[in-house]
Amino acid sequence: MDMFTAILLTIITAATPLLLAALGELVTERSGVLNLGVEGMMVMGAVSGFGAAFLSGSPYVGILAAIAAGMAMAVLFGFLTLTLVANQVAAGLALTLLGLGLSGLIGESFVGQPLATKPGNVFGIDILVVFSLLLTAAVSYVLFRTKVGLIIRAVGDNHGSAHALGYGVIAVRYACVLFGGACSGLAGGYLSLVYTPQWVENMTAGRGWIALALVVFASWLPWRTCAGAYLFGAISILAYTVQTLGWGIPSQFLSSLPYLVTIAALVVISGNRLLTRANTPACLGQAFVPDR
Amino acid sequence: MRLVLEKRAERSQMAALFSPILALLLTVITGAIIFSLRGLNPLDALYVYFVEPLTAQWSIEQLLVKATPLVLIGAGLSVCYLANVWNIGAEGQLTMGAIFGGMIPVMFPAWQSPLTLVAMLVMGVIGGMAYGAIPALLKNRFHANEILTSLMLVYVVQLFLDWLVRGPWRDPAGFNFPKSITFEGWQLLPYLFGSVHAGVLFAVAAVIVLAIMMARMLKGFEVRVMGSAPRAGRFAGFSRERMVMFSFMLSGGLAGLAGVTEIASVVGQLQPTISPGYGFAAIIVAFLGRLNPIGVLIAGLLLALSYLGGEAAQITLGISDKIAKVFQGILLFFILACDTLILYRIRFETSRRAALAAAE
Amino acid sequence: MKKLMLSATAFALALGMAAASASAADKVKACWVYVGAIGDFGWTYQHNQGVEAVKKELGDKVEAVIVENVAEADSERAIERLARDGCAIIFTTSFGFMEPTLKVAKKFPDVKFEHATGYKTADNVTTYNAKFHEGRYVIGQIAAKMSKTGVAGYIVSFPIPEVVSGINAFMLGAQSINPDFKVKIVWANTWYDPGKEADAAKVLFSQGADIIAQHTDSTAALQVAEEQGKQGFGQASDMIKFAPKAQLTAIVDNWAPYYIRRVNDVLNGTWKSQSSWDGMAEGTVNIAPFTNMPDDVAKMATETAEAIKTGKLHPFTGPITKQDGTVVGEAGKGLPDGDILGMNWYVKGIDDTLPQ
Repeated sequence: MDMFTAILLTIITAATPLLLAALGELVTERSGVLNLGVEGMMVMGAVSGFGAAFLSGSPYVGILAAIAAGMAMAVLFGFLTLTLVANQVAAGLALTLLGLGLSGLIGESFVGQPLATKPGNVFGIDILVVFSLLLTAAVSYVLFRTKVGLIIRAVGDNHGSAHALGYGVIAVRYACVLFGGACSGLAGGYLSLVYTPQWVENMTAGRGWIALALVVFASWLPWRTCAGAYLFGAISILAYTVQTLGWGIPSQFLSSLPYLVTIAALVVISGNRLLTRANTPACLGQAFVPDR
Repeated sequence: MRLVLEKRAERSQMAALFSPILALLLTVITGAIIFSLRGLNPLDALYVYFVEPLTAQWSIEQLLVKATPLVLIGAGLSVCYLANVWNIGAEGQLTMGAIFGGMIPVMFPAWQSPLTLVAMLVMGVIGGMAYGAIPALLKNRFHANEILTSLMLVYVVQLFLDWLVRGPWRDPAGFNFPKSITFEGWQLLPYLFGSVHAGVLFAVAAVIVLAIMMARMLKGFEVRVMGSAPRAGRFAGFSRERMVMFSFMLSGGLAGLAGVTEIASVVGQLQPTISPGYGFAAIIVAFLGRLNPIGVLIAGLLLALSYLGGEAAQITLGISDKIAKVFQGILLFFILACDTLILYRIRFETSRRAALAAAE
Repeated sequence: MKKLMLSATAFALALGMAAASASAADKVKACWVYVGAIGDFGWTYQHNQGVEAVKKELGDKVEAVIVENVAEADSERAIERLARDGCAIIFTTSFGFMEPTLKVAKKFPDVKFEHATGYKTADNVTTYNAKFHEGRYVIGQIAAKMSKTGVAGYIVSFPIPEVVSGINAFMLGAQSINPDFKVKIVWANTWYDPGKEADAAKVLFSQGADIIAQHTDSTAALQVAEEQGKQGFGQASDMIKFAPKAQLTAIVDNWAPYYIRRVNDVLNGTWKSQSSWDGMAEGTVNIAPFTNMPDDVAKMATETAEAIKTGKLHPFTGPITKQDGTVVGEAGKGLPDGDILGMNWYVKGIDDTLPQ
């Protein structure tokens, strides 16, 4: 494998968990719900995925468990914010806190245990990388080419009118929050099953927050999310590559590059007002209570 | 059966009073279940968690000290969020405040006068304000989403501080460890009593000033109008741009003050990480306090209590730190859930009755 | 009421313990403050293994209390809280706890404090650390023997002296075998982020390294080596389970002997302030079994380890040429401990810049 391919592959694997979680959050936000608990759902996915794979011996059981764990956390969030109309920002932060604590508790006995097998590969690329690309295409198609997507976007843009038209705003949002949970859980599972097959506490290390940022960065567009995730991965990896060249640039500066570039790119993209305005879900973060 | 919310005609004062108590009760019950599952006496555990930190003067002092940055930042953020401006990066503004404030003792280690401390505090506020102004500027000028930019800037300034204390600002006598010189004399805040430093007064002052501003002053009205009805606000001649800048600089300045307060008291020097996440915890404080300065004061104390209680539980009962975190998460969930009662009445409907109601 | 009585007893106990601190005690409350999570399978995990060993060895004679995930800003309170709760000896296991430990120690002269990896002591404050660089010299030699490309990758956390002296010892060990050996360095700017560590390892392998060493805590880099058919070294604990084909050996932190000794000292009333810097001879720095290498390399490594243990070989034997060309150390003599404890320069041949 030549150097270029090797680095390219590294970038792709580094970006995949971000992409998976960001896609889920994108759909959630498109329906008008801001779930800041991505980190908490991810870390629960990571521990559950690892635990299930470790106990059952099958990485695929692990993947399913990771998805289930993310969804379970999402249900909690949904109940709080959709049924009880609690503040979404605060509920998301609480979800992260809970996830970090609970995962540490669940994972106590998995620390220092190796995993027997990893999920399979397709053409030398692991299946979840392939899946994340298919998912991007699917999300893009469903959101913009199907009636389901139209309903989701309608609910996110104007829940009052969507409700008046007879769509179940709360039900649609529950479904989207659950989808987001599933994706975040899967992203966590990717970390503990494929990327670095092990369980250690807090192993998501802030990736949930990056995923959240990517969604806004991509102005709620699936393919742009994909590009953003790869860009973020590329800059982090290139920062390491530059270090090995010994140019004497402070490593802290290189480590902060991905964030600086994200801000710069955001400024450039947001400058184009028409585009962002057209894509920002107008009801993002607002609670909905049907009048009767 | 399903759960239905009915909007109350007005805020229920009764519920406003009882919802936190109900939340606490639910948390206590859930906590008791968790503790019994771990083979602990639930009463002992709850006592250690909620009451023990309040039984000794020393730990009450610690509670005040711990709550100080949370209240300072939370009070600023509550104004921000009321104005519908989303500053998630208080942690970064805190760090920048510490860097600006710490610059004075690091650059002029020999300068010892009451003015040193004043200069440090002023610089801290300026640092926080300036750093808070960046996302505000990017939002006003380029419409860049402030949640994202303020959050990204947290990582950037943390790495910047890391570079400073490992490189140019490192203590020359410190065996090359990443620490600045330790601050002394007027580079530190005086103690009021016991282990309570003067920074506590800043928190109280911030709460009082903001409470008056929000309740009695035009600025408070402007914040509310711009937050809830921006169109109406514009007709009234208020500027959205100015409001974004104002709330970011206010919350950034208070976060900066919290940062310099920390390095001039508890921490006593610059080091790679200054805050154990106060800037993020303060977001929770702001919401727990229902975006009301007085509420923030209470919420800050409550959250500080839960940190101390978590520590006490580890030390006295050997309960792991993770249970303390889970417990904190549950407490937040219940408080948020119970707050629903203030604005809504909850009814349970059987599906048949719901169907009937729909048919009518 | 019961609670009140309990705390009254605890208070009396604390007083009693304080009074008895000079003489022997039947039971001792020993406390630890961790900077990270026990589940990190690295630094904190290894300290906790030490605590488990203390519990096993001393049984009823010790009551061990631990507090984990203590941020530096919170550490003074956590330490003071332990002192107030009647801990007779408190171990604070992170460099960042240095000033807080000293501050609390001043208030509680009868409590013994032990601060890991720092440099300030007091009548009741001891420092303790481990000579990790001794182990790194050995793995440097192995790396030079086993590498086909003559390039090793080295993932590091933060430029503190412990880490820098580790890199230098590794390089000196490697140069003793192959004078042209190269080390490529990546600063991950974290002690602990499996994803970033894996990324760094992949980058280093793509840059021609075929051996990986690390001064970060997770097993991720070694797992990447396993996957790519490269080799490497475990850090903090024996990671052979994670990389049965890739791990050559591992530098294992073993705090158990030290902790048992010091808690026993308190029990026997023989505790004295000191600064302890144990290495391979005392068993604080252990080398995991040599695996996945030819017998002659294993033999050489065993001999080097033995020579370091018996004191025949000092990893920093002068003269040593620094990166900038200046020479330090007397010929044939090891560098003084102070120079190693505050090391902020690279030896010649390392292609990286330290922040100054």
